[in-house]
Amino acid sequence: MSRFAALAVGLLVLLPTLAGLCGTLLPAFGLLPVLGFTEPSLEPWRRLFAAPGTGRALVLALLSGLGSTLLALLLSLAIAASTHGRAGEARLRALLPFLLALPHAAYAVAFAFLFAPSGLLVRLLAPALGLSRPPDLPTVNDPWAFSLTLALALRETPFLLFVLWAAADRAGLEHRLAAARCLGRDRVRAWLEIALPALWPSLRLPLLAVLAYGLSAVDMALVLGPTAPPVFSVLVLRWFTDPDLDRRLEASAGALLLVALAALAALCGRGLEAACIRLSRGRPWPVALARVADVAGRFAAVLLPALGLASGVVLLLWSLAGSWRFPAPWPAGFDLAGWRWAGATLPGPLLTTVALAAGCAIGALLLVVGLLERPRGGGRWVALLWLPLLLPPIGFVFGLQLVWILLGLDERPWLALLWAHLLFVLPYLRLVLAGPWAGFDPRLRAAARSLGARPRAVLARIVLPVLARPVLAALAVGVSVSAAQYLATLAATGGRVATLATETLALFAGGDRRRVAVAALVLAAVPLAAASAALFLPVPAERARRGGRR
Amino acid sequence: MASTRRRLLLSAALVLGASAVRAASFAEIRARASGQTVYFNHWGGSPEINDYIAWVAREVRSRFGIRLVSVKLSDTAEAVARVLAEKQAGKTSGGTVDLIWINGENFAAMKKNGLLFGPFVETLPNFALVDTVGKPTTLIDFTIPTEGYEAPWGMAQFVMLYDSARVPQPPRALPALRAWIERNPGRFTYPAPPDFIGSTFLKHLLYAAIDDPARLLAPPDPVRAEADTAGVWAWCDAVRPHLWRSGTTYPVNKEALHRLLDDAEVDFSMAFNPSEASNLILSGRLPPTVRSYVFEGGTIANTHFLAIPFNASAKEGAMVVVDFLLSPEAQARKADERIWGDPTVLDLAKLSPEDRARFDALPRGPATLPPEALAPALPEPHPAWMELLEAAWLARYGRG
Repeated sequence: MSRFAALAVGLLVLLPTLAGLCGTLLPAFGLLPVLGFTEPSLEPWRRLFAAPGTGRALVLALLSGLGSTLLALLLSLAIAASTHGRAGEARLRALLPFLLALPHAAYAVAFAFLFAPSGLLVRLLAPALGLSRPPDLPTVNDPWAFSLTLALALRETPFLLFVLWAAADRAGLEHRLAAARCLGRDRVRAWLEIALPALWPSLRLPLLAVLAYGLSAVDMALVLGPTAPPVFSVLVLRWFTDPDLDRRLEASAGALLLVALAALAALCGRGLEAACIRLSRGRPWPVALARVADVAGRFAAVLLPALGLASGVVLLLWSLAGSWRFPAPWPAGFDLAGWRWAGATLPGPLLTTVALAAGCAIGALLLVVGLLERPRGGGRWVALLWLPLLLPPIGFVFGLQLVWILLGLDERPWLALLWAHLLFVLPYLRLVLAGPWAGFDPRLRAAARSLGARPRAVLARIVLPVLARPVLAALAVGVSVSAAQYLATLAATGGRVATLATETLALFAGGDRRRVAVAALVLAAVPLAAASAALFLPVPAERARRGGRR
Repeated sequence: MASTRRRLLLSAALVLGASAVRAASFAEIRARASGQTVYFNHWGGSPEINDYIAWVAREVRSRFGIRLVSVKLSDTAEAVARVLAEKQAGKTSGGTVDLIWINGENFAAMKKNGLLFGPFVETLPNFALVDTVGKPTTLIDFTIPTEGYEAPWGMAQFVMLYDSARVPQPPRALPALRAWIERNPGRFTYPAPPDFIGSTFLKHLLYAAIDDPARLLAPPDPVRAEADTAGVWAWCDAVRPHLWRSGTTYPVNKEALHRLLDDAEVDFSMAFNPSEASNLILSGRLPPTVRSYVFEGGTIANTHFLAIPFNASAKEGAMVVVDFLLSPEAQARKADERIWGDPTVLDLAKLSPEDRARFDALPRGPATLPPEALAPALPEPHPAWMELLEAAWLARYGRG
């Protein structure tokens, strides 16, 4: 069973990812036989750098990718440090599954509805400022991608917080933190000096995943990014889908360049990390810096859930608005046209999204549990499972198209879709479950074995019931990762299978804000429902434990 | 080696299949179409159009037993790219795209690369009703002859939209528009090329700038191209600092521009459909004071088409759907502003009195210009002009 799982993961994840990468690599060096390009050449690269806007778009990609990663890191560290041991931490931890579940596309749409010059914020301020027209200010789609960077950072902060807190629970730092406080360190500095170094190793891979995503975030960039030129990933997507088919050459070169940039940034990150460690070794954290972290962290801890709530409210208002023109802070009338339309149009995509997400989450769960049940969790090579998250998606999903066709999966778009989503869902599930599995009391297992239970029975009757809550949480994460996939869905099926994510972004281009809002809400509802179920479904083991305590 | 032979066999089968289709009467095609699933790939950004296609799907299901699946694209080029990827993988039959809504450079690219099935248009009974004389663009797509590889579906003409509550007298010539923009900074913009509407706006600047518009029907002469387009860039350079967001960013498409007009961020928008403004007013997405107008020298008109890829799985089904879309009933419904408002390709004189009555009964919204006010209609320049304008625009303003 577990050997099978390891093999399956290799075949299911590594092979297609590498094959997809090859499907990008070959055209990037001039090999695209069907268009008559049979000689290897550097022409695609020459064309890539000669294309207008490439330079600026690359700078924008680096700014938004690196900037959002750094900002998300600082925010999550500040929040963890400042809320540690306070009520704020428990509050935010309880809300985290919901913040994590918000799909990127829905988040971006809500962000635009809130902060655009004609958005809700300016409408609320309009009477005080005496505005009758929206100000001519680039608060979204700004030429330097600041709004995109900020939105990306805010969206990724809950993910890094999740990783930090999961690692902290495993590390059992309470005693050491208490000792540091006895030695006179304040709360924030104690966390920064004791917890941060201990947790940092668990943060490395997730940070790289955030970086890779930020460098090629097409879905959020389509809504919030600059347009002339757009960030590099949007430019590459445009070439991949240009009517002039020869453009696929520079598109592939560009996709490969993004992969190289992600690798380069990761190397620089390692260098930066080493430098920081050398600089800070043995030195206490400056009090002023810790104070800034404290204030920023406590502010951000309130801001994140507040933004999540505001997003929901603005989407709900737009979904029900009749006519809602600037500067009215409130819709002039309400009607259900948007929801009536959704009732007629969205059940299909909704069903697809739910079935796909559930299938993916359950499939990934079986595989990951199989892996975790192996000695050492399947060995070091399982780290390669992270590959699809560490590569910018645009670097291999279009290459994957070719793989699906060669395997005949283009006639079974469902299978291709399930597979493509699995590439992204598997690593997240492993991330979520690794901790609980490592923390599982080995004595329970030993006791069951000594009573004669086979490994499978131990898993089914002891391990899974005890770990039911984390398993449910992992399923919810799987659902939210699958539901949010935009680029992979587009590439796997050529858009033939509509999911809520592709529907929301297609609608955003089309402009009816009421329908966009409805689609974004329905899209967000899927992972939010899964997150709620994971939190509130009764679990037999917990009931037994509570009963025992009574 | 073996795969080469298989590919040869497949293409031989395809050629045979294609000629068989041509020989068959349309009744036989209809019989074969029953039970087929047709994947209709179309730009999916407009709710009204999507609703219309959903109606078509219901009709062809009940009338011909065809399952029409709507594949919504954010850009038609995605489907072109997909057919190419299939050809790349040696998939010469059983393709995943059966029908594409297409025109202009996408059609040119597919035709050039041998990605289209046909000629099939002449076999469609309803094609006889098309006004190929009065609407020559039904046979010539951006100066490229269609040669039966795509069937005309609807007519389009470029119009400017403006909010009459804020701009009572819109400037009707491009020099006057330039002066208006300079006097009213931040209240005008256009979609960033290579968006289709943005590029079309540039083409109007080109029509105004070039000394002999007849030269636009042939590819640009490399020697004279720079002088021919100088006026375009002089106009763009002059207005740029006075555009919305000072020209540092542009809306991505006309829908984004409509949204800016609705929010009063700008006072103008553009469309390629004379009844789009009325349609958007009806659905509450533009203020009721919006009106449309055309430039003094006229605006560009073209036709949009339906094409079938060379490796489509349901060619018969696709042909039956196209024939239905050309029927007076489907065309009249499409022309209804309350539904979509897309002008018909049919010649009303060729229709039966009952069918003509369907068109006569159509209402005209407050922002729709009567047909006589739309004249003169300018032909689309050769696609190479569009490529030249797009590349030059990106080089000038797309670098940021």
